[in-house]
Amino acid sequence: MTQTPTDPRRPSSVDPSHTGGPESREPLSADEIDRIRGDFAILGQAVNDAPLAYLDSGATAQRPASVLDAERAYLETINSAVHRGAHTLAGLATEAFEDARATVADFVGADVDEIVWTANATDALNLVAYGFANATRGRGGAPARRFALRPGDEIVLTEAEHHANLVPWQELAATTGAVLRFVPVDDDGVWATDDALAVIGERTRIVAFAHVSNVTGQIAEVGRLVGAAHAVGALVVLDACQSAPHRPLDLRGLGVDFAAFSGHKMLGPTGIGVLYGRAELLDALPPFKTGGSMITTVTLEGAEYLPSPQRFEAGTQPVSQAVALAEAVRYLEAVGLDRIRIHEEELAERLVAGLEGIPGVRVVGPPSGVARSGLASFVVDGVHAHDVGQYLDAEGIAVRVGHHCAQPLHRRLGVTATTRASTYLFTTDAEVDRLLDGVARVRAYFGADGASR
Amino acid sequence: MSASLDSLYQQVILDHAKRRHGDGELPGAQAEHFERNPTCGDEITVRLSVDEASGRIDGFAWQGAGCSISMASASVLSELAPGRTLPELRLLVDEYRSMMRSRGAGEPDDEVLGDAVAFHGVSKFVMRVKCGMLAWVAAEACAAELAVADDGGAEEARGPIDPGSAPV
Repeated sequence: MTQTPTDPRRPSSVDPSHTGGPESREPLSADEIDRIRGDFAILGQAVNDAPLAYLDSGATAQRPASVLDAERAYLETINSAVHRGAHTLAGLATEAFEDARATVADFVGADVDEIVWTANATDALNLVAYGFANATRGRGGAPARRFALRPGDEIVLTEAEHHANLVPWQELAATTGAVLRFVPVDDDGVWATDDALAVIGERTRIVAFAHVSNVTGQIAEVGRLVGAAHAVGALVVLDACQSAPHRPLDLRGLGVDFAAFSGHKMLGPTGIGVLYGRAELLDALPPFKTGGSMITTVTLEGAEYLPSPQRFEAGTQPVSQAVALAEAVRYLEAVGLDRIRIHEEELAERLVAGLEGIPGVRVVGPPSGVARSGLASFVVDGVHAHDVGQYLDAEGIAVRVGHHCAQPLHRRLGVTATTRASTYLFTTDAEVDRLLDGVARVRAYFGADGASR
Repeated sequence: MSASLDSLYQQVILDHAKRRHGDGELPGAQAEHFERNPTCGDEITVRLSVDEASGRIDGFAWQGAGCSISMASASVLSELAPGRTLPELRLLVDEYRSMMRSRGAGEPDDEVLGDAVAFHGVSKFVMRVKCGMLAWVAAEACAAELAVADDGGAEEARGPIDPGSAPV
């Protein structure tokens, strides 16, 4: 291993001189952001003859060199099958894989055996929903009975959920006779904690919601919902896809029972997601996928399963992705999650206030002056979101258009599609201003302001 | 604004997107077809009718919601379709599809495609080709539906259908 330039178990972290340090509460300075941007080769290019302004991190974030290097170094030095084999590299690979789990566990305030690797956050949420379904079918024995649902049991969701935190619960309801109940959103797509508390009742068994909405940027009051859910014996499933990358996350402190997030939205690779579950719950939940690597004893008639997390990790695992995700976590921690949060909340305010000032533009979600995560979805009067996105793309500005995997929310808002700009630690004020400038011209281009082009 | 963007959004397209031809119901429609683009939520219902005596399209209308490309392409088609036989409509759709798949190559035949040549620029934007095809695919399905009804000789299949029955 000594000849290798990079030990994948200890990849070079962010240069601490890049930042004010993770403990600082100072916003990121322009110089710091400049240096951070230097770590992301993709951001330095021109797209359509303009400097790229990447405002789509809510869909997928970019990866710094250290994350790419960590994955490559793993593959070039110790790539092997984990948890099997007696050779040296297999041992090192297993160590790197499990070290990555420990790094991610620390990152979200969990124990190492409370972190399950999944393919993505959708996979993680399906793992939980199908665990409930399998328990309801009698699998998992006595310990799993706590997950068994009866007809009329209630699953509480909000109307703002991503399809990944809606469709698996629809399937669970359809197969168990449980009933879906929804916390309503208002005309801006925002739901109120008090309304959620009113929907949670004696028959509630599951409460599932996004920590941060991927459409409105609304930040959920997790603690109050957890209190109400636990008071009636319900379990809380948190969709943390838009919070884990962008703000400090202490899942144990929040008290949630399960949480899901994905690697590629937090500077890591695609193909890896994370499920957090309280240890006693994971040990009792029946597995969703079965096969190799998750068993203790197998006969021709049946099998016994390993404890969590391995019981949920059937088949070959995303090992190099786990190693790279751990490096992404180290990168984020070196900058400081609270500083990233502050930076993005400032960008969000600039974004929302700016959009609100453009005639014919309607912003979805909380108004300016109210805290939201660093993203904003909006409607341009008379111009379809696809055309808005195309217009901005011609200026090198990358945004998301469509329903953002939240069709019911868009239907409630009375639109089929919105345009969404989402920020991250590398986003600058100037990029937000370029977006605002572009959006301000888009109605004239399409003749939607009464004038012709 | 960039030349590339203007090649996508030709003035013909912007005009059709704003002043849409054929946007509405079609009483007495003999075929209708609903298409949706699940990635962006665009949707369209195309309805058409054929004159019994001449075999030519005598009614073409559509209703939908979507981006300027999908709405304009429906509008242009509603000007091109009337007066054609069903086989002629299919040939038109085939020619249009070839152009949309060309990724900007070649010169479209305006003798055949008329105003639809304006969508040649869309073919360079692979993410938008589906927008430009939506109404045309729906019209093609309508033509296929009527051809099947013809083959089967099922007279009732040619009868008027309720114009309000399809999702819009």
